[in-house]
Amino acid sequence: MSATLGESPAAAAPAAGAPAARRGAGFGSTVAAVLRKELLVELRTLESVPAMSLFAVTTFVIFHFALNRGSVEGDLAAGVLWVTLLFAAILGVNRLFVADADQGGFDAFLLAPVDRTALLVAKVLTLLGFLVALEIVAVPAFSILLLAPPVGPALGGLAATLALGDLGVAVIGTLVAAMAVRTRARDLLGPLLTLPLFVPIVIGGVRCTAPLLELTHRSGPPARWLATLGVYDLVFGLLAFALFDFLVED
Amino acid sequence: MSSRPYGNGLRALSFATVAAITGALALVFFYAPLEAEQGFLQKIFYVHVPLAIVSLCGFVLGGLLAIQHLRTRDPRWDMRSYVAIHIALIFGLGTLITGSIWAKGSWGHWWVWNEPTLVSFLIVWLLYATYQPLRFAIEDPERQARYASVFAVTAGAFVPLNFIAVRMSTSYLHPRTLSSTSNLPGPMALTFLISLLAITLLYATLCKYELTAKHTRAQVRALRRRLSGETAPARGRSAAPVALPDGAMPAAPGETLGARFGAGSAPGTAG
Amino acid sequence: MLLAELPALPLHTAGKYVAAAYIVLFAMVLVYVAIMAVRMSRTERELGELLEQLDRDGREPSGGDAAARRSPGAVE
Repeated sequence: MSATLGESPAAAAPAAGAPAARRGAGFGSTVAAVLRKELLVELRTLESVPAMSLFAVTTFVIFHFALNRGSVEGDLAAGVLWVTLLFAAILGVNRLFVADADQGGFDAFLLAPVDRTALLVAKVLTLLGFLVALEIVAVPAFSILLLAPPVGPALGGLAATLALGDLGVAVIGTLVAAMAVRTRARDLLGPLLTLPLFVPIVIGGVRCTAPLLELTHRSGPPARWLATLGVYDLVFGLLAFALFDFLVED
Repeated sequence: MSSRPYGNGLRALSFATVAAITGALALVFFYAPLEAEQGFLQKIFYVHVPLAIVSLCGFVLGGLLAIQHLRTRDPRWDMRSYVAIHIALIFGLGTLITGSIWAKGSWGHWWVWNEPTLVSFLIVWLLYATYQPLRFAIEDPERQARYASVFAVTAGAFVPLNFIAVRMSTSYLHPRTLSSTSNLPGPMALTFLISLLAITLLYATLCKYELTAKHTRAQVRALRRRLSGETAPARGRSAAPVALPDGAMPAAPGETLGARFGAGSAPGTAG
Repeated sequence: MLLAELPALPLHTAGKYVAAAYIVLFAMVLVYVAIMAVRMSRTERELGELLEQLDRDGREPSGGDAAARRSPGAVE
């Protein structure tokens, strides 16, 4: 089943998911079906992840010139990393629902007798996947281009911090993307809405990452800030769960 | 059966506001003692902090009203939510400006980053500044109201979280004199409370005023439509929600918007 | 009892800042009143038009639409 320009890959998969739901397979298989569709579309079109990764690497170069430094460490390193990741994430957020909105995927999904929250979970997992793929490229690039201390010992704590931060970014990004995609100024509203909501994630993320990237006296991420990230993720997860239905009603 | 006018009680409310504001100003300048550290400059506290508190409560109130809208789908709740947020945004701008003036007087800079309340306020304000562009960008009134309500609830939940996060992140090297409301001596506490009351009443008055004005405009539009026998529902370009009064009957069976509003609205409980 | 023996800023400087802050509040309310006044005059004008239209309809029972079409989109 090749995706021609006329055929909408977004509409095709819910049709495949609908028979599964009619068989009474429920929430989990709906999520799996939509997730599979999203990842297949991404693999086929290579729209989001390469652009996000390239953006991140280019941004590191820009930071080199903007900060006029050959290497960064500690607070500054954490800041550069998180800012770059967040702005690259916004690129992914912008594209998240575009295919569905433009090609009628929403309607197909709504007609199927499935729980709409499944769409939310699937999209969050998709964005999460994109972010992980982004970081697989961005973190090594960062450690090569700009990071002063070696990244090896930091990887464990970094992975934990990035996981928590990515979850928050994914939830907020999906919620905002669903809000912004069917407005007239979707590319403008998306970033405007997400950036203030990202601030606590930036705060928590940088506070966790900075000790990991010190040249001397390296230490692990403070538990207090990891907990803050976790709580923020939880609250927004619940919020998104409660509110998403209202966004995709029609 | 038309809805109870929003303007009921507006006169009494505005008189109460005038009394409170006059009383507060008198207390601030004639009764409250000069503070030891900051001297006369500290008087800004009595206008800046109440503006901040009322503004934040207004944002959260907007979120609560939005929840009501999502639950009942009555467009009047959406209108109230919109007004609450709109006026809170204006009060928020006042907070930022007065806070900046205070910072300039205290530390010589128009902005300081070590004042967590002011910083988190800026973030919240930047978020709510997107509320009206969001509404502007959606043309279908029902979807506009729905999306705006989702935004209002999200942002309303974000306010306390953001405050906690920013406060946690600020180092306490500098004393936070801008927002120290604890340990106020008696006369200052009284002055502060009356100022807070005055700003709260001002907020309520402005909200009621705006709701009355919107409702009046909606009634004029409904009247115009009925007189000219139009069947198309009103589509304003502005961000203001279109709310039909209860008694407005659809001009023709095809007016789905009126039917939807008519079915969704409950009688009574206005203002 | 808190009395300032040496205020942080000289009174004439501090006074300007305090005055500026309170003027901000005052200006906010006045700008709002001005905006509402503009809206109200627009509503007054619309109501006047509707009354005229009603008068005209009294004389020509069938010609209501022409007046409506003159300003169909004037909702704001």
